[in-house]
Amino acid sequence: MYTFAIFLPLLGAMVAGLLVFVGGEDEERRARMDRAAQWSTCGAMSLASIIAMFLFKEVALDGNPYTVELFTWIDSGALEVSWALKLDSLAVVMVLMVTVVSTMIHFYSIGYMHHDPSIPRFMSYLSLFTFFMLMLVTADNLIQLFFGWEGVGLVSYLLIGFWYDRPAANAAAIKAFVVNRVGDFGFMLGIFAVFVLFQSVNLDTIFSAAAGKADATIQVFGGEFHALTVIGLLLFVGAMGKSAQLGLHTWLPDAMEGPTPVSALIHAATMVTAGIFMVARLSPLFEYSETALTVITVVGATTAIFAATIGCVQNDIKRVIAYSTMSQLGYMFFALGVSAYSAGIFHLMTHAFFKALLFLGAGSVIHAMSDEQDMRRMGGIWKMIPVTYALMWIGSLALAGIWPFAGYYSKDTILEAAYAAGSGVGGYAFWMGITAAFLTAFYSWRLIIMTFHGAPRADERVMAHVHESPKVMILPLIVLAAGALFAGYLGFEYFVGSNAAEFWGNSILVLPGHDALENAHSVPLWVKYLPLVVAGAGIALAYVMYMFAPGLPAALASSFSAVHRFLLNKWYFDELYDLLFVRPAFYLGRNLWKTGDGAIIDGVGPDGLAAATLNLARRAAKLQTGYLYHYAFAMLIGVVSVVTWYLFTRAG
Amino acid sequence: MAAVPNLIPALPEIFLALTAMTLLMLGVFQKVDGDGQATARFVSYLAVIAFGLTILLVVTVGGGRKLTFDGMFITDFFGVFFKILVLIASALTLVISQGYLKVQGMARFEYPVLVMFATLGMMLMISANNLISLYLGLEMQSLALYVLASFQRDDMRSTEAGLKYFVLGALASGMLLYGSSLIYGFTGTTDFGAIAALFNSTAEGGPSVGVIIGLVFILAGLAFKVSAVPFHMWTPDVYEGAPTPVTAFFAVGPKLAAIALLLRVMIGPFGELAGQWQQIVAFISIASMVLGAFAAINQTNIKRMMAYSSIGNVGYVLIGLVVADEAGIRGVLIYMAIYLFMTLGAFTCILCMRRGGGMVEDIKDLAGLSRSHPMVALAMAIFMFSMAGIPPLAGFLGKLYIFMAAINAQLYTLAVIGVLSSVVGAFYYLRVIKVMYFDEPTDLLDRPVSREIGLVLAGSSLFVVLFVIYPLPLLAAAKAAAQALMGG
Repeated sequence: MYTFAIFLPLLGAMVAGLLVFVGGEDEERRARMDRAAQWSTCGAMSLASIIAMFLFKEVALDGNPYTVELFTWIDSGALEVSWALKLDSLAVVMVLMVTVVSTMIHFYSIGYMHHDPSIPRFMSYLSLFTFFMLMLVTADNLIQLFFGWEGVGLVSYLLIGFWYDRPAANAAAIKAFVVNRVGDFGFMLGIFAVFVLFQSVNLDTIFSAAAGKADATIQVFGGEFHALTVIGLLLFVGAMGKSAQLGLHTWLPDAMEGPTPVSALIHAATMVTAGIFMVARLSPLFEYSETALTVITVVGATTAIFAATIGCVQNDIKRVIAYSTMSQLGYMFFALGVSAYSAGIFHLMTHAFFKALLFLGAGSVIHAMSDEQDMRRMGGIWKMIPVTYALMWIGSLALAGIWPFAGYYSKDTILEAAYAAGSGVGGYAFWMGITAAFLTAFYSWRLIIMTFHGAPRADERVMAHVHESPKVMILPLIVLAAGALFAGYLGFEYFVGSNAAEFWGNSILVLPGHDALENAHSVPLWVKYLPLVVAGAGIALAYVMYMFAPGLPAALASSFSAVHRFLLNKWYFDELYDLLFVRPAFYLGRNLWKTGDGAIIDGVGPDGLAAATLNLARRAAKLQTGYLYHYAFAMLIGVVSVVTWYLFTRAG
Repeated sequence: MAAVPNLIPALPEIFLALTAMTLLMLGVFQKVDGDGQATARFVSYLAVIAFGLTILLVVTVGGGRKLTFDGMFITDFFGVFFKILVLIASALTLVISQGYLKVQGMARFEYPVLVMFATLGMMLMISANNLISLYLGLEMQSLALYVLASFQRDDMRSTEAGLKYFVLGALASGMLLYGSSLIYGFTGTTDFGAIAALFNSTAEGGPSVGVIIGLVFILAGLAFKVSAVPFHMWTPDVYEGAPTPVTAFFAVGPKLAAIALLLRVMIGPFGELAGQWQQIVAFISIASMVLGAFAAINQTNIKRMMAYSSIGNVGYVLIGLVVADEAGIRGVLIYMAIYLFMTLGAFTCILCMRRGGGMVEDIKDLAGLSRSHPMVALAMAIFMFSMAGIPPLAGFLGKLYIFMAAINAQLYTLAVIGVLSSVVGAFYYLRVIKVMYFDEPTDLLDRPVSREIGLVLAGSSLFVVLFVIYPLPLLAAAKAAAQALMGG
């Protein structure tokens, strides 16, 4: 019964996918199919999320984790893989979060996409994406995890490039796919290494054997290395790709070319958190490698500050939120790095609510502004779309971590845990996190003020058209806003508070000695209050710069033009990659194509072979004369030659 | 008076024979109103039901090894596996034939009855355990098929196909009989078990030349039935000339039965001589793969193309026979099961190619299919990709098991030639997809597609796509069947 929560989205996706083909030219028929697709996917998702709630109660609250064996998939030598759903607390938290947020996004899409000509395709992709994500989070072995992992990668490619007639969308889709491929390569190598070390890819088998392999070594390029460190680092490369961490992050901002619900679904709530989930899921492996954990902490903390600085100067409303997502993912990673896995997952959960809210709210703004995304051409609209305005406030308060919004609970826990880790990297992460918290509050209110306040900067035609979004878009936002308001307060005791041990059961392993999270409750008072103070300061600064002294930003930008350009160009990562990888690859490719392939290989190889093949084909066809006696003759010749051949070889 | 033989193992065959005769009587004595279409349809559906019941009987009688009729007739798990496949093939063929028969004005009740008799012959072939019963089953099947090939009596091509098939088939039967008589002359028995025992005991001296020549002749006769090079010449002409549903039937049912028979004969009585016949089969296999791949490229008629495709497929299957161990046989069984669904599916798509009421069968007529029949085009694309061996479709896995078996048996030459010819073969499969999706349509094909055809298409394409997710039942069944054959 609970398995339906996982497979209903697939069913919805299949139904909507079939409807793509029956639309045809007729307007009315198409409209009917569109509605059918919307209802089937939204219905399936709603049902799935209701089941997920029961599942959550059964598994996480009542503490009955179990595994559903569906059937054996691969059985080849030592490699035995089943389709199975591992339903423990960690998995059901993700299942609940994914289904609920995704359901809201499905409903929102009905309103947001209602002018689009290919609604069934869109709805089908959304549901399929949800299915793959659920497959990922309930995987009971690494192969199935990888199946879901690649599945979400594939659907995200399709969704980012949904408007495939826009060159920018296609470029962004390809970029997301290729950059993720780099990460996936690491992930795959990690899985191979796990199999080499454990002779199994089954999670339970690996986990129970991990302690015994704590000191095992593995041969890499002729050197002996600590096996679990190698595995941890390889797996983390995969997580970096999917969760857009520094180095493999360049695809995320570009992915904003997709429709807004897509940005919300993929880049806020679900897909980018797959990396976080994977590290938390494999905590029994990561726990045995200090090196891997240190790397995770440093990369996470650096990403948090790096993305926050860029977020401060971007002008595209969705890009600001995208960079903020990256920055928040950095928080989650350094939480994992200091072994505060549950804090990371807690932030993942609250973040899913308020970030989806922010993205969809931004979508509502874009919808109102006739598809304008540049904040420099917005402003002065807060009285015209008050509900959206209020919802954006809630989302931003939660993001900035203001009490009592959800972000306050989760982000503070992470920062306290980082401080309480007591290590050098923990301290680094703490101070980076504090700075990033300041910047987060700053760019969030910069966004609000530029978008809603001040004099209108759009032309009159757009301004005349500004309108509140339809109910079908606003209602999901309100549900998400409720999450952004209460998820932190409600979840705190279960996720990281006094009930945590009972709540998580065996799904997360923290070795004794890695007690950052326990110590987090007894940090000095200033550590507890500092995030709140810097957030307030950030908000205040944003008001000063964009409301009370509007000339200041421009003056700052011109007097620190180098810094401003550096940030505006996203630390020149794209340019660097372009120079280092893309252009040499193109150059190499062009050369190989023109001279190597075209002139040498094609000339002798395919073209030559193809000509020979066609020639042979013509001859073979000529044998077929159509005359009966030729055929009979061929048969007799065949028998005679086989007998002759046979007698000769036997004689000789 | 001799004791009554144990009829239980042959129960499915007996049931099918009785039903076929009953349906024949029903068709003959049914009062005909109009052109007899209603009768034909009625008898067809009864026949489909009969096939279903026969499958049930086959399963009920079960896979235990049983001999009856003085050892002429054998049932074992291997036989059960193939009989089920053959029955599925026959039933599906009847289902997809209906629309075609109606449109071409050839809906007569003899059609389903003939298909039933042919199927009965195939089941007897699969269960043959004696050179005599082998010949009887083979002839029973062939006679029905000769008539089916020329079923469209007023069509030149159909009658020509029937005649060609008959004359060449008679020649092949003659070879088979001649081979059998040589074997009998040199061994003094026609029973498979006795022949095998004889070779076991006289292994050191090696078999006499006469036996080997007899074996070559038997092999030639069977190779004709599976249309392996150089006994394949009839295939393209007959495939093209015969009515399309009959071609679909030819492409699966008789192939399945003949492959089953070939396996049983080669592994059973002549298993000890494997060293002797392996070279011949390897040669036939390579020749079939290469010819199937190259000759198909120039074809413009899609049925001819499918004929060469089936020749190539037989080449791959024979690799498994050359390997002649359990893995090889298992590969053959899996391949044949997948081949059944791919081929029937592809022919079902071909049956949808109708324009202005008449059938068209040129590859270029498929142009624009993706727009006029998106679902049919998608299904056809799936079958073509699968036949070309693109992972993760079923056709890829079928080839994989065969090639793996060959590599494990260190038959690298066969495996390499197999892979290379499947690369060449991919060309013409992919060309079909290219025509469907990228060529400008000339005239669109007729809509809509009938319900039964849609169902068969959906079922077989789902099988091809989803096989990779849950392959174990088929793998396990094939393994059990292969063990039954090797142990027997």
